[in-house]
Amino acid sequence: MSSSSSYNSPCAACKFLRRKCMPGCIFSPYFPPEEPQKFANVHKIFGASNVTKLLNELPPHQREDAVNSLAYEAEARVRDPVYGCVGAISFLQRQVQRLQKELDTANADLVRYACNEIPSSAAIPGSNNPVQPATLRQRVAPLEFGGVGRPIGNEVGGAFYQAPLPPPYPLPYPPLPWSDSFGGDFNGGGGNI
Amino acid sequence: MSSFSRCAACKYLRRKCPQDCILAPYFPSSNPQRFACVHKIFGASNVTKMLQQVPVHLRAEAAECISYEAIARVQDPVYGCVGIITQLQQQIIQIHSEIMKIKGDIITHHSAHPQHQPLPPPQGDPCRSISIHQQEQDNFQSDEHPFGNF
Repeated sequence: MSSSSSYNSPCAACKFLRRKCMPGCIFSPYFPPEEPQKFANVHKIFGASNVTKLLNELPPHQREDAVNSLAYEAEARVRDPVYGCVGAISFLQRQVQRLQKELDTANADLVRYACNEIPSSAAIPGSNNPVQPATLRQRVAPLEFGGVGRPIGNEVGGAFYQAPLPPPYPLPYPPLPWSDSFGGDFNGGGGNI
Repeated sequence: MSSFSRCAACKYLRRKCPQDCILAPYFPSSNPQRFACVHKIFGASNVTKMLQQVPVHLRAEAAECISYEAIARVQDPVYGCVGIITQLQQQIIQIHSEIMKIKGDIITHHSAHPQHQPLPPPQGDPCRSISIHQQEQDNFQSDEHPFGNF
């Protein structure tokens, strides 16, 4: 975090807004003067007063992460005015679905291979069901979808956040209406939240 | 639109809803909460400007995405949609790691017992899966992906 509310260098927000950068400026720790574009994007998409309200509602130790995620979303929306970062979510959801199918296939292969590999003398006489090794059962259960990730990195501008592997929990949001393309079927502006 | 059938935006803003209200098609009065979230996060004038910049045939999708982001931010004021992106990235890493472990196990089993069965035909080429995933991971880090690093 850097504070720019000094006599010499107003923060990027106050420079943009052409106002004096006072001590205690809520923006100055998060919008250093060396990154004017970061605030320009955030201001364009969210507006300074909305960002001020959002930050005021958060405890100070969470504000940096909040600003960085807002900056990320703002940049995404500047680059893609239709889909913004929802385009990335859609892309990643498709990747998860594709990999989940691949995992299911790999699990099935492993079961098939392990069953074929067990010598016939180990099977119960008269039974058509081969004995399954206990270790296989760990592989067969598919991974649960969802997880709580709490980013701990705070790199600026296009952030790569790192988090420990989370426990699973269902995603809090309904699935996106897009299927295989960004322009997939959806209901337009009428759905309930 | 008459004052008796104002859109959710104009109702929220307590103003008359004109015939050519840009927000009316995307914020019907049946879902006031949706516009409330959008207004809280983006503000009505910003949303209006964002929709004006988009061709008419894409505005419905844009409004849907903006609403999605706003709701995500209301529910998670610190990370918003970025929290969802992080979760999905972690899932991809986790599932891919699981796939690699299983394929490694298959190869190990085959090496230990080559006489029992030939290796089952791959449903997907593991090398192709790795290279595709590596390519996707590279795309995550590169400018080829629309959003570069995230």
